[in-house]
Amino acid sequence: MGELSSGPGRVLVAVYAVFAVAATGRSLVQLGTDADRAPLAYSLSLLAALVYLAATTCLLVGGRRGWWAALVAVVVEAVGVLVVGTLSYVATDLFPDRTVWSHFGQGYGFLPLVLPVAGLVWLRRTSPARSR
Amino acid sequence: MNAVLLWLVLATSVVALVMVVVHLVRDETAGDPTFLALAVVEVLLLVQAVLGSVALAGTDREISGVTFVSYLWSIVLVLPIGAFWSLAERTRAGTAVLLVALLTVVALEVRLQSLWAVGG
Repeated sequence: MGELSSGPGRVLVAVYAVFAVAATGRSLVQLGTDADRAPLAYSLSLLAALVYLAATTCLLVGGRRGWWAALVAVVVEAVGVLVVGTLSYVATDLFPDRTVWSHFGQGYGFLPLVLPVAGLVWLRRTSPARSR
Repeated sequence: MNAVLLWLVLATSVVALVMVVVHLVRDETAGDPTFLALAVVEVLLLVQAVLGSVALAGTDREISGVTFVSYLWSIVLVLPIGAFWSLAERTRAGTAVLLVALLTVVALEVRLQSLWAVGG
């Protein structure tokens, strides 16, 4: 097991894995049952799912490449939750249905807002530049 | 959906949660009593998955069957995977994984109940 997925990273992987499954399930159901109802919201659900899957995988794989890929995934996640969270308040007509990131992840106890912060803190602590 | 079973799952989950939190505070690894408590929750979840699937087949509620059944059976997977991931590292972080798993079960359980209630 890599250094990215041990210690606090182990807890982070667990939470990311839960969100990966939750977001994937949600987007598959949304796209599979009624894709035309809210194409933008459902595409963003799918994006969220892919980001969580990527972050989980990168943390598990570890290593220098895993670290950089995880950083990209977590930054995309942070931008995504902030942009979608804001848009879901100011441009409600864009979102006839919810995504994981709507209202800053309100439906998920605001964890989607906390998770990228935790991810960035962890990546900072495990930075390859720092260990050399 | 069986309300008694729902409350049993929630009650046993809370007991297991308290045990895990005590381990976390004392910085000790989870022992047999905690894993026994997790096993009790898991057995209840399996019973719930079977009874819930049967109940869905026999109800005329407006419930999305796919979502409901996937919730029922996803919950069953959480604790075994969580326990496996936790046991791979016998540290405080490993114990915290059990906390994440139990909180996930509680969250899914609440969601499952609202899925059933909405259809009623």
